[in-house]
Amino acid sequence: MKFAVIQFPGSNCDQDCIAAINSIAGLHAEYVWHKETSLRDFDAIVLPGGFAFGDYLRCGAIARFSPIMQAVVSDARAGKLVLGTCNGFQILCEAGLLPGALVRNRSLRFVCEMVTTRVEVANSPFMHGCSEGTLLRLPIAHGEGCFFADPETLRELNRDRQVILRYSDRQGRIVPEANPNGSIENIAGICNHERNVFGLMPHPDRASDARLGSADGAKIFRSIMETINANRAEAGSSLAEQVA
Amino acid sequence: MKAKVIVTPKKTVLDPQGNAVRDAMRHLGMPEVRNVRIGKYLEIDLDGKDVDLEKRLDGLCRDLLSNPVIEEYSIERLSE
Repeated sequence: MKFAVIQFPGSNCDQDCIAAINSIAGLHAEYVWHKETSLRDFDAIVLPGGFAFGDYLRCGAIARFSPIMQAVVSDARAGKLVLGTCNGFQILCEAGLLPGALVRNRSLRFVCEMVTTRVEVANSPFMHGCSEGTLLRLPIAHGEGCFFADPETLRELNRDRQVILRYSDRQGRIVPEANPNGSIENIAGICNHERNVFGLMPHPDRASDARLGSADGAKIFRSIMETINANRAEAGSSLAEQVA
Repeated sequence: MKAKVIVTPKKTVLDPQGNAVRDAMRHLGMPEVRNVRIGKYLEIDLDGKDVDLEKRLDGLCRDLLSNPVIEEYSIERLSE
């Protein structure tokens, strides 16, 4: 199964993503330069962290107009799984594939630390096998990761269970003290309405090896693979039914 | 033509930078400062000056120069 890792000028977690994905049996990741125009050969798309185009104007504001983004948007609309981590999350929001926006951390500080996040929705395509309340230890490193959405959007996100991850304390409580950046309602990661596009500020790519402090991030990459396999098995069996 | 574009955070969006500057101004002997909002100022030189150009500039203000989720913008034409 082939994953695309998009490289924008200024991406700096592309290598981490490639290493994390390639460490999982059955997965193979390849770089795709932002000037490319097709992602036809790939089963899933990853937008890595970094500072695409220097974060000039706003994080992700210029990257969303890169040629490859047309392919990302059309493949996402066709149902392909798309993951955006950190800067990748910001780009997905700017591109309109995810609601809301990411603004300057409330503390005005760049935060670089290990945090605990709580899985809010069981068995989403990106959290296969994770029950609600599962705690994931993941690192964050960002200056503009404060999630913002207007009240109506926030209501929809909660109603349609699109909030996948929230910052929590080690006991899994969603408390203000566990919020590293001032995100509204401790939101760390959300998916779109169709549930095939997922963005999160933490770095699963930097938490895919226990020797680096946590391997919880690998669960997300593995989950994408399992979801694709499950969808294919389902498509295969319905095809078999039609033929029979 | 020359245009001046000002992008500001929406009132509903927290502006921690503005708050920090507000507090600094108060500390420096100006307790009258009630609020500070920090935005962006862009000065743009353009060739031409027809209505269509202004319309396209407005479109790019919406799509690129500002993010309507968190920001508002205004365009002012500068006389040359």
